[in-house]
Amino acid sequence: MKTLLDKLWDAHEIHRRDDGASLMWVDRHFVHEGSHHAFAKLAGRGGTVAEPGLTFGVVDHYAPTRGPAASPEIARMIETLENNTRDHGIICFGLNDPRQGIVHVIGPEQGLTLPGLLINCGDSHTSTHGAFGALAFGIGATEVAHVLATQTVWQKKPKSMRITVTGRLASGVGAKDLALAWIAMLGADGAQGHAIEYAGDTVRGLTMEERMTLCNLSIEGGGRFGMVAPDQTTFDYVSGRPFAPGGEDLDRAIGFWQTLSSDANAAFDKEVALEASDIAPIVTWGTSPQDALPVTGTVPDPSRLSGADAGRVRAALDYMGLMPGRALADVEIDQVFIGSCTNARIEDLRAAAAVLSGRRAKVPGLVSPGSRLVQAQAEAEGLDKIFTEAGLDWVGPGCSMCVAMNGDRVEPGKRCASTTNRNFRGRQGRGARTHLMSPAMVAAAAITGRLTDVRPMLGSEAAA
Amino acid sequence: MSGWTRHTGKAVALDLESVDTDQLITARFMSTPRAEGYGRFLLYDLRFDSEEQPVPDFPLNRVPDASILVARRNFGSGSSREAAVYALVDFGIRTVIAPSFGDIFASNAVNNGLLPAQADEAEIDALIDELAGGAVHATVKLEHGEIEIGSRKLAFTLDAAWREKLINGWDDIDLTEQHHPAIARYRDRRAKAQPWAFPAGQTAG
Repeated sequence: MKTLLDKLWDAHEIHRRDDGASLMWVDRHFVHEGSHHAFAKLAGRGGTVAEPGLTFGVVDHYAPTRGPAASPEIARMIETLENNTRDHGIICFGLNDPRQGIVHVIGPEQGLTLPGLLINCGDSHTSTHGAFGALAFGIGATEVAHVLATQTVWQKKPKSMRITVTGRLASGVGAKDLALAWIAMLGADGAQGHAIEYAGDTVRGLTMEERMTLCNLSIEGGGRFGMVAPDQTTFDYVSGRPFAPGGEDLDRAIGFWQTLSSDANAAFDKEVALEASDIAPIVTWGTSPQDALPVTGTVPDPSRLSGADAGRVRAALDYMGLMPGRALADVEIDQVFIGSCTNARIEDLRAAAAVLSGRRAKVPGLVSPGSRLVQAQAEAEGLDKIFTEAGLDWVGPGCSMCVAMNGDRVEPGKRCASTTNRNFRGRQGRGARTHLMSPAMVAAAAITGRLTDVRPMLGSEAAA
Repeated sequence: MSGWTRHTGKAVALDLESVDTDQLITARFMSTPRAEGYGRFLLYDLRFDSEEQPVPDFPLNRVPDASILVARRNFGSGSSREAAVYALVDFGIRTVIAPSFGDIFASNAVNNGLLPAQADEAEIDALIDELAGGAVHATVKLEHGEIEIGSRKLAFTLDAAWREKLINGWDDIDLTEQHHPAIARYRDRRAKAQPWAFPAGQTAG
């Protein structure tokens, strides 16, 4: 009786040492500007890239979203990646490539991400690719150098954890809310040491893009791996993509991919169950993704907590400039951001646009599509007009204001409703105050200028 | 990277939970080449105020020669940025003691000779209380999984493979060298049995 994790692990394990460390084959390796440390390490030992054909470069972390690079340092980071990939014969989706975008958006988009693969990238949100039933996990620079040099990675097999979600998500509630709900329940370290498999009829009913959002946020609950067993939804998404197999190869692949699910009686080290209908639209109030509550709630009161918890909540509220007991829906915001590897795919933009259509935003904001192809699709559908007519800026693709490396940032003390993945202190800029939520919820906040329950704003056509 | 078995230095408490890697090193410093050193960036926005002046009460400002850090749970959560470890190591930190660590941070730490020493949460709570604002001498005994810290003896857990790696200062690329024939065999087998696992015609798209 094997879990999906067991099957994927066994299929990639080349060697296991007595101490439990496994040498694993890497099918796809994505590098970005931040990989400069790893290329420098490789150069330092005079090494070469073992499998340039399985390695793909992407400009995303420092990609300018408006005009040229904001500083010479930023321009240098991009140039360094383009030079390193060129020198090693690696395809790079650079700034002038029509396929450029955020690595976790374009991997799936290009058909580089497939079920049954082991995928690495020097980025913790690599768990996103697990949505296809792949073993995908973020690694550090030393490991990136190792993958470049050997196309393998040493890794100890994590414990297994299954999060089963059953029932129907209400209108206005989606994958982002689902993810924040379990992270709030289990804590930011709730899945530490574990690979998460998301299962249950609710997960089966999610689109690929929603599954990507769910898997993307695994690391915010401490899980380095998040995955969903592939099914017809997955096969339909993959078919016809540029780097995906076609013809007989695809038929053979699908035959194999259909075996990639946990056996009926497979045992997990940890099991968690959630009822979808219990989940409301969620916003974060603090400085950790676990600080998440239904938007109908109130800011927690540290005086009702004890010990380290009270201290942590007090410090978080102090940083966030929030009063205990205040209704979350009364919290005024200064700006919004719609973007990032979590929520910048076409369905995310449609969900936000559905709320913003025909309305005006009270606060300024940026909308940054996940890739150039998403940008083109959105423009073909007229979504860009909806955003700009609402008063928001429609900009180019990249990590942008999620990681604040390219010059897009939230100024000190400003409060941003954001579709991103981290509300850490200073994440969006020094002193920035981030509230995480879904694209539809960010759109609602833009319209009212405060944290807002999107549900009453939705028409008969549900936007999740 | 050189191996080590024992380290003696000053320990200081950082009374914070979930110190994420964004705080350990803020994004704006990450375009700096490693050769320039990352120590000055460590926990910058906590160590320095908005006027760029040192925050006098901050533990690492009070004890700038500390080499052992005691913190609360979920240390090093978040981003995979290895620069967070560079900042700690370049500052002079050799060991972080906490009830739990972010998975990616912990493996990055070991790859740079930094010990992520996982210890019992209640003992760490008591230790942080005892340290309060001050520093104590501590000795880390890697082989014994034990830290003498002030009047206490603290047992820590560490994966066996990681302990070996820290003690021997192993470099994974060197270790993998001996497995090259097995890697080549695996690749051939996969290319034959599962050709779909390789990217279709790379000029596509």
